Amino acid sequence: MALPIYASPLERIWHYAYLVICAGIFIFLVAPILVVLPLSFNAEPYFTFTQEMLTFNPDGYSMRWYDALLTDGMLAPDIPREGAWWSDMWNNSTWVKAAKNSIIIGFWATILATFLGTLAALGLTRPEMPYRRVITAILISPMIVPIIIIATGLFFFYSSPCGIIGLDCGRLTATYVGIIMAHATLGIPFVIITVTATLSGFDQSLIRASASLGANPRITFFKVILPLILPGVISGALFAFVTSFDEVVAVLFIAGPDQQTIPRQMWNGIREAISPAILAVATILVIISVLLLTTLELLRRRSERLRGVSPG
Amino acid sequence: MKKLLILSTALSAVAFSASADLTVMSWGGAYGAAQTEAHVKPWSAATGNVAVMLDSDNPAQPIKAMVEAGNVTIDVASVEYADAIRLCDEGLLETIDIATLPAGSDGTAAADDFLPGAVTDCGVSTDIWANVYAYDNSKLTGTVPTLASDFFDLAAFPGKRGLRKGAKGNLEFALMGDGVAPADVYAMLATPEGLDRAFAKLDTIKDDVVWWEAGAQPPQLLADGEVVMTTAYNGRIFGAAIGEGKPFQIVWDGQVYENEMYVVPKGAPNKDMAMEFIAYATSTEGLRAQAMQISYGPARKSAMLEELVYKDGTTVMASHLPTAEANLTNALLSSFEFWVDKDAELNERFNAWLATN
Amino acid sequence: MSDGAAIDLLKTSDGRPLKAALAEAQRRAKRRAFLLVAPLLLFVILTFILPIGQMLHRSVYHDGLAANAPVLKAWFEANPEGTAPDEAAYAALAADFKTMKAAKTAGIAGTRVNYTLPATRSLFTATARVADKLAPPYKEALIALDEKWASPEVWGALRAASSAYTIDFYLVSVDLERAADGTIQKVPENTRIYIYLFVKTFLLSGLITLTCLILAFPVAHLLAVLPMARANLLMICVLLPFWTSLLVRTTSWIVVLQSQGVVNDLLIALGIIGEDGRLAMMYNQTGTIIVMTHVLLPFMILPLYSVMKTIPPSYARAARSLGATSWTTFRRIYLPQTLPGIGAGALLVFILAVGYYITPALVGGADGQLISNFIDFHMDKSNWSLAAALSAMLLAGVLVLYWLYDRLIGIDNLKLG
Repeated sequence: MALPIYASPLERIWHYAYLVICAGIFIFLVAPILVVLPLSFNAEPYFTFTQEMLTFNPDGYSMRWYDALLTDGMLAPDIPREGAWWSDMWNNSTWVKAAKNSIIIGFWATILATFLGTLAALGLTRPEMPYRRVITAILISPMIVPIIIIATGLFFFYSSPCGIIGLDCGRLTATYVGIIMAHATLGIPFVIITVTATLSGFDQSLIRASASLGANPRITFFKVILPLILPGVISGALFAFVTSFDEVVAVLFIAGPDQQTIPRQMWNGIREAISPAILAVATILVIISVLLLTTLELLRRRSERLRGVSPG
Repeated sequence: MKKLLILSTALSAVAFSASADLTVMSWGGAYGAAQTEAHVKPWSAATGNVAVMLDSDNPAQPIKAMVEAGNVTIDVASVEYADAIRLCDEGLLETIDIATLPAGSDGTAAADDFLPGAVTDCGVSTDIWANVYAYDNSKLTGTVPTLASDFFDLAAFPGKRGLRKGAKGNLEFALMGDGVAPADVYAMLATPEGLDRAFAKLDTIKDDVVWWEAGAQPPQLLADGEVVMTTAYNGRIFGAAIGEGKPFQIVWDGQVYENEMYVVPKGAPNKDMAMEFIAYATSTEGLRAQAMQISYGPARKSAMLEELVYKDGTTVMASHLPTAEANLTNALLSSFEFWVDKDAELNERFNAWLATN
Repeated sequence: MSDGAAIDLLKTSDGRPLKAALAEAQRRAKRRAFLLVAPLLLFVILTFILPIGQMLHRSVYHDGLAANAPVLKAWFEANPEGTAPDEAAYAALAADFKTMKAAKTAGIAGTRVNYTLPATRSLFTATARVADKLAPPYKEALIALDEKWASPEVWGALRAASSAYTIDFYLVSVDLERAADGTIQKVPENTRIYIYLFVKTFLLSGLITLTCLILAFPVAHLLAVLPMARANLLMICVLLPFWTSLLVRTTSWIVVLQSQGVVNDLLIALGIIGEDGRLAMMYNQTGTIIVMTHVLLPFMILPLYSVMKTIPPSYARAARSLGATSWTTFRRIYLPQTLPGIGAGALLVFILAVGYYITPALVGGADGQLISNFIDFHMDKSNWSLAAALSAMLLAGVLVLYWLYDRLIGIDNLKLG
């Protein structure tokens, strides 16, 4: 953004001050996230840069906190790293277990949210949809209602899901199904928003064109609609996955000992003694989010290209 | 997509199959580790059952919620004495028969071997601990605090203080810091004036307090220099000082001590196994094993017959225990009668006091 | 010839009136659209609406005494309010105490009465302990045990608690209580907390929204006027925090702001503060404000950006060419056009801030806690009805804001990056 040639000196000063302010805000946004990356390689159990780190002395850096992630919770962490060690790590390491849980729960919650959400978005964008406004408001509300209220409600409801009709059919607390359903509910608004946004740019006459060329609704969906809205569906799914992957309150309330996830472990770690091992987890998660962000950006460009909007 | 599906299904199978036979809930940190090393792991090894340890800020809270919601997922919990009594009063715990507990190593029957009050209708003592205060020797130069009143003396010892977030323990400590003799503390707290006096004492340091909730926090606060002195469970300070060589010093004055109880929530999924676990863990050997991990006193006479040595092999535990004669000169046994009835009420007032300035 | 008759004449090829055929086709299309949405709607009702509704029911329902003291409940039902408790009433009470002792439910019943009249729980547990020894005349026996049993205050509380449905928990959540004579009064000064907390939550949320707006405005403007390629690059700086785990961001801020943290170390290294002057920016209200501003900032930048991108720069140039100063141009031309974005961002940030839980719980210390944290506190203490009443009030506030958002901006216009 260039300064107009008629700008007065005062405006010039203001313009540069403005750029400095913006730079400051960008630093505020990103710096705290980046600070943990080098600190996670700290050789000392401190949260600040040691003298060795500042002088780039290799002794100041180590992988010990990443190693701690693997060995925490293992039955015999000190034996030689061979077959038995690896299977012990895979089965007993607290963080490895948490990662497995996060992936399982996130995966199924994403599938559920994306499937139901995409279907609903297709209905919501049809011009004939009755009560569109109210229903949209209901479906988006899990994003708006404070999570503590949702978690509290689920805690009671899951304790006796059939109790409301006077039956006893076991419980959903401390089960994978329960958490997957809760996380799917939390992810649904994101799927609806992104898929509806993609569909609103979708040319409805393509459906009529497809039908007039003899395609039945199924073929029309898979051959015409889906390929065009796929970027929106995938980015909705990514949102849903991240929502589940980052969720801790519902897990706190309804998960049992077998369903501890990464955020749940981090929550414990932060509340008790934050060891630099937490920073190692944080670093890994930041890298994952960078990857997700890149995927999303590529999808967005592809989507714009497909829709004929000039790429950025 | 298909590959991902197969992978995820495989992962599910692994996770679903790893569920435990017995779930124990304790306070995490050094204490949870001590119980894991002394009780959970040896019991697993001895019986071949899988046992897992869960951490909580206070295991008594989830128990109540779990039992009342019909949603019990843990088998054994380690709770404070007053909580063990209150939960038992409310029918939220399974009863434990003292006759089922093993005799002491010297053959004394359990009923005679345990210290008075260490076995109740629903709980068995796993140790006796104290809520002490401690400071960092390397940061406080010159005069060091020796009395409960020094904790409240901001002029002589400037700097932040750490206190547990909750009424219990703090009110007693505040009165003793105000010069009240331990024997008079609960009589005084039973009167409105006494309560006001305790809160007024806390008011004097309120602006300089960092509140902690999990037992692992105070040693961390001291180590990070966030506070100059903090109340803490004595075993956590011991763990940091002796176990990790931190320059922490405990002040044995005005501390409140009590039994910690193993209990079984009503409707525990593996009740019988939970009872077996408790009998195992509170045997003479079990109590001794824990006392060698962390400096809390065993509640069986037979456990004190031989000298207890810390796991480092050199530190003799006796002088570090809250039950040591020298440490009891100005100490207060926590009153379960008082807290069973007043806990909810006083916490309400405490929260209002904390949130409003 | 009327219009209706003209339409009647129009028929489809199979001979049906066009109007009917059209209506049916529309019905079918409607049904089809609805069927696509139905599975999700059902799912959301099951995992979201129903659980919350069921939980809110608890805010007016607590059968702690009603279920455990049936005889006493029957006596209250048979005798209208104002009746002095007679021997029959005390006998009912004693009978219930015997059952409660056997079933170990005196604590639960006492807890319920305690909510209405503090300091009565101990009366219940103490009486239950000796319930077996109670003998007629029960009135004298109970009063001899504890003279509180003669107090009309206690009997008023018993009557109030003997009905499972109650509004007492809403009274508590606005710092009110029932006096001995049944009138409603404020609770004593030293236990007033919830009004203060609600006000504080809303004020802090307002402050955070304002900070977000002040920080987001210049950034969104820069992104909107920069060339596409460079704007996209900078956009990553906005989206990276948005996509990074909340717990990671909170951890980072703890590392940065704690008293032995990066910022304090930096300030000491620069000689700005001394070793004793370390700033307390974490585990207090300041921590909550800083971290929540960071967490919610992208929710303000994105809607502002999408509005600002559509504002043609020619308006501002026209204003300048007509002699307006740059300040006037900004104030009179640019700012009004960004209002929809400001409204959308501010409402969204405010709604999310009001219900925030995780960040204040981790970095709020004692004075940085919000209403959500107290809902959690009462859940922990199993005071579910109060937790539900507080939730209901918070939810009502959020829904009003949500409705406002829908009216002013429209849910369909919610965009994510």
